[in-house]
Amino acid sequence: MGELANPKNVIELDHISKTYGDFVAVHDANFSIATGEFFAMLGPSGCGKTTTLKMIAGFEQPTTGRVMLDGVDVSSVPPYKRNVNTVFQQYALFPHMTVFDNVAFGPRSKKIDEKKIKTSVMEMLEIVRLSEFAARKPTQLSGGQQQRVALARALVNYPSALLLDEPLAALDLKLREAMQIELKRIQREVGISFIFVTHDQGEALTMSDRIAVMSQGHVEQIGTPEEIYRTPSSLFVAGFIGSANLLPGTVESRDGDDVVVALRVGATVRAATKGAVFSVGDKVSVMLRPERIKPAATVEVQGRGIEGLLTDLVFQGATARLIVRLDDGTEMTCLADSSATMPQIAPGKRIAMTWDSDCGFVLAGWPDKAGATTTDIDHIESTL
Amino acid sequence: MTTGVTVSRRIGTNADRVGLGAMLVASACLVALGAKWVSGPASSVVLLVLALVLIGVLVLALRGGPEARRLLAPYGLLKPGMLWLALFFLAPVWSLLRISLSTKPSRFSVDYNFSWAFENYSNAFKDFGTQFQHAFVYAAIATVLTVLIGYPLAYVIAFRGGKYKNILLGMVVIPFFTSYLIRTIAWSTILADRGFVVRTFDAVGVVQVLEWLHIMDNGKLLNTPAAVIGGLTYNFLPFMLLPIYVSLEKIDTNLVNAAGDLYSSATRAFRKVVLPLSIPGVFAGTLLTFIPAAGDFVNAQFLGNPNTTMIGNSIQDQFLKQNNYPVASAMSAVLMFSIASLVLLYTKIFGTEDLA
Repeated sequence: MGELANPKNVIELDHISKTYGDFVAVHDANFSIATGEFFAMLGPSGCGKTTTLKMIAGFEQPTTGRVMLDGVDVSSVPPYKRNVNTVFQQYALFPHMTVFDNVAFGPRSKKIDEKKIKTSVMEMLEIVRLSEFAARKPTQLSGGQQQRVALARALVNYPSALLLDEPLAALDLKLREAMQIELKRIQREVGISFIFVTHDQGEALTMSDRIAVMSQGHVEQIGTPEEIYRTPSSLFVAGFIGSANLLPGTVESRDGDDVVVALRVGATVRAATKGAVFSVGDKVSVMLRPERIKPAATVEVQGRGIEGLLTDLVFQGATARLIVRLDDGTEMTCLADSSATMPQIAPGKRIAMTWDSDCGFVLAGWPDKAGATTTDIDHIESTL
Repeated sequence: MTTGVTVSRRIGTNADRVGLGAMLVASACLVALGAKWVSGPASSVVLLVLALVLIGVLVLALRGGPEARRLLAPYGLLKPGMLWLALFFLAPVWSLLRISLSTKPSRFSVDYNFSWAFENYSNAFKDFGTQFQHAFVYAAIATVLTVLIGYPLAYVIAFRGGKYKNILLGMVVIPFFTSYLIRTIAWSTILADRGFVVRTFDAVGVVQVLEWLHIMDNGKLLNTPAAVIGGLTYNFLPFMLLPIYVSLEKIDTNLVNAAGDLYSSATRAFRKVVLPLSIPGVFAGTLLTFIPAAGDFVNAQFLGNPNTTMIGNSIQDQFLKQNNYPVASAMSAVLMFSIASLVLLYTKIFGTEDLA
């Protein structure tokens, strides 16, 4: 289709859906990924992100819609004829082959001259810093090294795009953080589009140029990490990316791009809308990021904030986490600079919370549960 | 008093050596008894030594303290197996080799005189060369056939079986709950001259082709080499199928996906990934099939004719009917050593490090 054939796009998903019987795994995904882009598909398990990745790789066929690769419809092309490569979740390295043979597997399938294969494989092992491990078997390597072999094995083919399925899930925390930076470096060096699937919002925020947040088969929002964090499109996105305090209320009046919201807890606050149109009386929620809330000892916040009882104060190193119970029982979280926490703020005291006028952000609808999203352990566990 | 304590402490810290020594002495006693090295009053002495050694170790284990028990434990665990092997493997093999080099004073004698009678071996080769040949050729063909039948079957069950995996495996294994003998005799009914298989072949008109292929002979299916090989193939199929199934089942399907992702067609993915990873199973299967098949005598007896006898039949005949233990022992020894050297050679050439 003419309107899709943008030469800058490596992959274009043209309204693709995937259903298994009655179950809709992916519903009408329609977006494109540019050359050299680091693109994340983020969502809780079962949101359809891996199915979407498999449709790009060719392991699954879309029920409706088309997958375009370099401007060509590849919807019914088998994986081995598509110029994309996948890094599998558990790496799927061939255990009976050396690191060199693993990396050379793709070029050998293509029947490239063995001499050329040797140079390109060694070059790629150089990029992932594993040159001296070429003769080892995968079982003789650590998790991080195996991960890099899997990367080299895929990248040596210079695919149009590299697909990564939860690439860091099998690594421990420290190694994961190091590999995030390493992945970014390798991506810059080879200049190939990386499309990766993750349930870890921190990972997605750190590495990606753009993120597609998915939930129950739907793409909820696509944007840069900053856009998604600052101006989420829905309550789900707000709660899933970072932690958010979601306060239900109704629109009282409009004022340019801002609205004035009467919160259910009793206060009236002003919040930004970023273009969305609300009418007076609409049920809305005001989203407040914990780090944007300023705690204060004085209880004098008319129109600029809310007050509540400080139930807990947790020292976390650079920051301190304050848990505040509002008068209607809603719990809020507030992150403050730990060096600036005032001595008069102590658990058991009433404190005030204020914020700059551009910090509150209005979202349509009321949350299932008012207050801070990260205090809900069931929710966090269900996303892992 | 002090010397006693010192001595017992020294025994305690050297309990592992005591354990090893006791095990070796006890094994030697059992071999001596089993192979009849000793007789008469001497055997009571050996029996006494055996009892004393075992009781001594038991006492050391009970009274020697935790350190002695820790050191003795491995030998305690080894001992039952080791003694079993000494009595039921080492002693019989010794007797077998000894009898294979003995002569009988007369045809009806039950005594053997050990006389380095190597002619038993040359006679075994001279008189039973054909039977040896049959044994190895039939077993080899049957082994190849079990691979050809078992591999695809195991592959389908492992990768396409889905939820029916266990049912399919059960269908392979359950017939083998029936006695080996009964199953083989059942085949003689199936392949019988007026049986439905022969009648069907007749009706379809493939008898000529099968005769040309040496599968049928004179319009008969039973009592041909093909029937013996067929019986061996059928009887040893599970021993091939199960190890191959286990090795295929272990293969992560993502490896096949990865090969496909790296531009390999299904055929190349099979050749480069699935086949090499399942070779240990094929290797184990061939050993489990070839070794017993080469020594088998049941299939040749019920499905073959006098011209298809295998070495197993000849050994059985010499032992039980001719009562010629020396020649029968010589044949057993030859069979044992030739299988052992074939297996060693095979392991050297095809053995994988996973099995080592």
